[in-house]
Amino acid sequence: MITPLKEFATDIRIQEMIEFKARGFGHTGGSLSVADCLAALYGGIMRIDPKNPQWEDRDRLVLSKGHAGPALYATLALKGYFPLEELKTLNQNGTKLPSHCDRNLTVGVDMTTGSLGQGASTACGMALGLKHSGKDARVYLILGDGECQEGQVWEMALFAAHHKLNNLIAFIDYNKRQLDGYVKDICDLGDLVAKFKSFNWYTTMIKGDDPDLIRQTVLDVQKNQGDRPGMIVLDTIKGAGVPQIENIPLNHHTNVTPEEADEIIAQLEEFKRKG
Amino acid sequence: MFKLIYNGEKEKKAGKKVFGETMQKIVEQDPLAVYLDGDIMNSIGTLGLEKKFPDQVFECGIQEADMMGIAGGLSAVGKKPYVHTFAAFAARRAFDQVFISIAYAKNNVRIIGSDPGVTSAYNGGTHMPFEDICLYRAIPHSTVLEFTDSAMLASLLPTLKDRPGLTYCRLNRKEGTAIYSEDSTFEPGKANLLRDGKDVTIVACGMMVGESLKAAEILEKEGISAAVIDMFTIKPLDEEIIKEFAGKTHAFVTAENANIVGGLGAAVAAFLAETTPCPVIRVGVKDEFGQVGTPEYLAEVYGLTSKEIIEAVKKAVSMK
Repeated sequence: MITPLKEFATDIRIQEMIEFKARGFGHTGGSLSVADCLAALYGGIMRIDPKNPQWEDRDRLVLSKGHAGPALYATLALKGYFPLEELKTLNQNGTKLPSHCDRNLTVGVDMTTGSLGQGASTACGMALGLKHSGKDARVYLILGDGECQEGQVWEMALFAAHHKLNNLIAFIDYNKRQLDGYVKDICDLGDLVAKFKSFNWYTTMIKGDDPDLIRQTVLDVQKNQGDRPGMIVLDTIKGAGVPQIENIPLNHHTNVTPEEADEIIAQLEEFKRKG
Repeated sequence: MFKLIYNGEKEKKAGKKVFGETMQKIVEQDPLAVYLDGDIMNSIGTLGLEKKFPDQVFECGIQEADMMGIAGGLSAVGKKPYVHTFAAFAARRAFDQVFISIAYAKNNVRIIGSDPGVTSAYNGGTHMPFEDICLYRAIPHSTVLEFTDSAMLASLLPTLKDRPGLTYCRLNRKEGTAIYSEDSTFEPGKANLLRDGKDVTIVACGMMVGESLKAAEILEKEGISAAVIDMFTIKPLDEEIIKEFAGKTHAFVTAENANIVGGLGAAVAAFLAETTPCPVIRVGVKDEFGQVGTPEYLAEVYGLTSKEIIEAVKKAVSMK
């Protein structure tokens, strides 16, 4: 039997495939690798109310790797922010579900992202504003690993530590691949944990395919981060949970035929039953 | 309503002193108002505010891209951010962050760019923004203003606090020419007619407003009647007043301390071409980079003087 959080993560992947099937292509690799993290956050960690998406005291999520929008849309629909049926409109003309997250189009999306590096700063600004308003809401930020090649991420890392933003917890979806190939071959990030530690973030690295472990780690970070921002590096696989997509070397953006989508959905349903 | 006090004299207070006083009043009066700066507080009269108002004033250090994103995030949680940096950095350095994290994301942020055009003087070509008007105009739904003098700065800046979307303001931090009385009030979208005329209309902004008034006085002695409009509201442009004066004078000169490519002159000329075609001569920087020098020297070099305006007026009138 799989745990309720792992089941949620699998449901997110199933709904993602329904989105990609309807359009025939999309940012599959990075949308699949982030599913376990979103399941942990929306499956109990975050203080949210899907019936009141603009609730002032809610926790916020900034998906700075905005191209993983389909993963967030699947999560939000499963949580009841909008009907599941709407997921089939991904990237259709006039849609409310564009490739990259848009807070003005999609109910439940807290920040517009897509130009990489920028969600780092907007999340930081949200955390700064909430902290100096005396609110106890938290901000969660998900960065891509390739995204960390943007200088803006490191500007934010300095700022958040300097201003002691302990209401901010960031993740790096360290799936090792970017659009043109392996991160290590394109512009190596080196030791991300050591880097963030040296920026005075409370930093840890875990396997990123287990939402229960992610959940427990977030709770541990909250307990131990003191006056520092928290960073959880998630060791993931681009395309995680779907071997057909994991095995495509350049899987940042792939085509998905209806037959492939149906086969993958059946596999994922089977995984839910058997674990 | 405004009162003109122009007599060719300089202002008594530098723009930076007035900015410091005004920014303090804004954060004092509204706990939701916040002010961010990128290590230029000592140059704009605000250093120390971050200690007096630690929950509202944030020194970001030298990281303009991050600062613009932080401002977007602050707006998203209900704050009313004002951001200051040199206009060169506000426009060039952080353009994508302003475009996406503020404007496209529909956050409400006011950006003040200081040292526009030749007023950046000794900081030279790297710091001399001739293109900021063009870049900010090109952002959809943006507001683009230039404070004509310190009286306008003190009066207008606080009223922008609740303005939706992105508002960009050019600000001269030194003493410019005094134009308005301290009790004057201003409204974006509504330009000021400073002088009526029947032969030609001069539409100016920023430091070129004083030059235009000077030019109009000289032209009057030569028998040419020039109207002068202070178009501090570059976007939204006050189209009504341009239309009115197109029907009245049938010739225009524009004057700006910026590149004529995409600037105030381009906005006025485009509007006239599509509504009431008539001659338009643009006074401004002719597609050049900046350099070091005194503002007076640079104004001569780039043709930002009353002399240039007078020549342009004569040309525009001759083309009618």
